[in-house]
Amino acid sequence: MFEAIAFYLFAFLTITMFYITVTTSQALHALTALAAGMIFISAFFFILGADFLGAVQIVVYSGAVMALYAFGMMFFDTTRELKEKQGNKYIIFGLSVLAAVLVVLIFAAPMVSDNITALYPMTEGVGNTQEVGMVLFTKYLVPFEVAAIMLLVAMISGIVLASKQMDVSQTLSKDEPIQESKKGVTS
Amino acid sequence: MEVAYLIETVIKVVVILLVFSALAGIGTYFERKILAFMQRRLGPMNVGPFGLLQVAADGIKLFTKEDIIPTNVVAPIFKMAPVITASTAFMAAAAIPFLPEFEIFGYTVHPIVADINIGILYILGIMGVGLYGPLLGGMASANKFALLSAARGAAVFISYEVVTGLSILAPIMMVGSLSLIDFNNYQIENGWIVFNLYGVGFVAFILFWIAAFAETGRTPFHLIANDHEIIDGFGTEYSGMRWGLFFIGEYANMFFISFVIPLLFLGGYGDGSLLGALALLGKVAFFFFFFLWTRAAWPDVRPDQLMWLCWKVLMPIAVVNILIAAIIMI
Repeated sequence: MFEAIAFYLFAFLTITMFYITVTTSQALHALTALAAGMIFISAFFFILGADFLGAVQIVVYSGAVMALYAFGMMFFDTTRELKEKQGNKYIIFGLSVLAAVLVVLIFAAPMVSDNITALYPMTEGVGNTQEVGMVLFTKYLVPFEVAAIMLLVAMISGIVLASKQMDVSQTLSKDEPIQESKKGVTS
Repeated sequence: MEVAYLIETVIKVVVILLVFSALAGIGTYFERKILAFMQRRLGPMNVGPFGLLQVAADGIKLFTKEDIIPTNVVAPIFKMAPVITASTAFMAAAAIPFLPEFEIFGYTVHPIVADINIGILYILGIMGVGLYGPLLGGMASANKFALLSAARGAAVFISYEVVTGLSILAPIMMVGSLSLIDFNNYQIENGWIVFNLYGVGFVAFILFWIAAFAETGRTPFHLIANDHEIIDGFGTEYSGMRWGLFFIGEYANMFFISFVIPLLFLGGYGDGSLLGALALLGKVAFFFFFFLWTRAAWPDVRPDQLMWLCWKVLMPIAVVNILIAAIIMI
């Protein structure tokens, strides 16, 4: 009974939050609703007994949305309402219908072909965290490593992009803000 | 679902809420007295014996003050932000074993609300969400200083979260579990983690301790609400009990992190005897005292210094520490 109550409560909350995210014209409302929705999703993992994934969902998405807040802070006055530019309405309509159809197809496809079988049954007497680790380092080792390499590439490119005159402290310098390297001087 | 279990859980939740809300209030009294002692002042003296009733006076003031919502703020978010700080602090407490299990009238009580097997990850995650309070309060306030404090909050969050996560990896590898009760049981057999594995545990302990100061926003890293630079940061526009909720959240977080550090590194409540329980409370008292001690003894760092410390010093040390731990354990 508690599971059912929790499921419907959090389903309602999650959908409400994401609805607010897409409909509001307030950047702060949108971001907050997004963060709340992401955190409410973790409740489903907890209900299903996947505690580790639930906690990771909270940790990862609270940090990720925090970065979005930082962008929001830089680009908007978050206490004012934004006027969105509305493009061609037919394109918007067409794309949203297409997206809805795709979602239905994705969820319906396994049901049609009867492909849902548990390939990796639960190991007896092993916790949730160890279970995730085992699957991650056996069946999904290659995607896991590829994801790691992608993150490494992203990190290195980020450092390269931001690394100009990194050894000069912008806080301590009393001159003008740091410019691009001056004309005629090669670094 | 047994009725007894349900009643027990509700009672535990209520007790923890009451005890730690009260402790948060008394914590402010301790803080004033200890700071005053270290700075050769008297601290609160006038209200009640030794100023003990100062806490009650502050409470009356906060509860009866007018709740002002300024004109230009984003009202729903502005009202919600303090609640996030206070509630997440108490949510994190659900996975902390406060005492060893004991018997009362023949009924065994486990002083932990939910013994989930990912305890420490859950606690750190929820405490991280707690920083949304200052962030949202700052961004919704329509005030320059509040916005500055929100920006600092985001920077601190992204920096220290990495160090906290990496520093506890080595102890987790030793124990092989994320539950704080398993941590405690491991330390009964193998000694305190802080002395384990040729100093690896000690380095992890120091890193986690430093990160705890950033997590709770205490003095060396008090830059989110630095009185002498940005007024009260995110709290500038708040008044009355909404501001008080931020305060309760901060102090409750200090108490909870003071419980987590000994449970992770310093043997926790030991073998479950009365002595072990008292030892745990003593360790908690020491760590709470240390929070106040640093406030009297150290200056604040600048935001860029905190970032430098987190990314260029602590994170490499943490990663090397994990590598060494892995090599030794293989």
